Amino acid sequence: MSDSQTQALRAKEKKEAVASAEHTKPGPTFTPAVDIFETDTAITLLADMPGVKAQNLDVDLRDDVLTLSGEVFAPEAEDESDVNREYVTGKYFRQFNLSEAIDQGKIDAGIRNGVLRLTLPKVEKATPRKIVVTTG
Amino acid sequence: MIVRRAFGLPKSGWHGLDELDRMRKQMTQLFGDIAGGIVGRDAAGVFPLTNVTEGRDNFYVRAELPGVAAEDLNITITGDSLAIEGERKIAVEEEGAKYHRRERDAGRFNRMVTLPGHVDTDKVEAKCADGILTIILPKAESAKPRQISIKTGSQ
Repeated sequence: MSDSQTQALRAKEKKEAVASAEHTKPGPTFTPAVDIFETDTAITLLADMPGVKAQNLDVDLRDDVLTLSGEVFAPEAEDESDVNREYVTGKYFRQFNLSEAIDQGKIDAGIRNGVLRLTLPKVEKATPRKIVVTTG
Repeated sequence: MIVRRAFGLPKSGWHGLDELDRMRKQMTQLFGDIAGGIVGRDAAGVFPLTNVTEGRDNFYVRAELPGVAAEDLNITITGDSLAIEGERKIAVEEEGAKYHRRERDAGRFNRMVTLPGHVDTDKVEAKCADGILTIILPKAESAKPRQISIKTGSQ
């Protein structure tokens, strides 16, 4: 990331998610941009979810499917009217299939400045155990 | 936009128009994707995308800036021009991390927003919470609506 000083950010429109099922509540659903990396001990996921508070974020892992969903409430007050709108707000939803076995009890999730950081520790490999055969 | 003008109906009056508007937007997006550019309704195409709204006493400028700390932002106002400048940093992760996906970008940004009216530049406030920057710009007295009393009587 050494060239980040010179690189200028380009505006990107949020990607609208293609929902597998219809939502009960109306409104758009977006796919958050993610970074996923892996080390020997854990898989870490970073997701951009601006506007999502910790209490409105849902992280779910079952049957090797990781689901991220975040609810966003319109920040505008009742009396505000649009002058110029360049982006729309809505829910965030994304699912991943995990191939690695995850230690469910040690999952750590935190959201700060609208970025979710999720650490999924891998299950420790069964430590090799030597079996001593005794004669007698 | 063309659709709405052609019918000339208020947006709130008929929900079908919302749907048409959405379809139009999706079409524009589709063609825009092919052309390789960014197209919003009136998007400037400059990061960060901003929403400008107007309340009774204030104008509001909002931008989605996930992962941008308040200290990395520099906001200046000159007359009717609001400048949002800053840098989005993405921390370098530990050595030996292997990436599966890398969709988040880091970099500098510099955005100018022209305000819809005069504001009281001394009372402008900005806050950054949950990755959303909100700038509250109180309207100048001259920009506030004023009731005009009508005099009656003969000349």
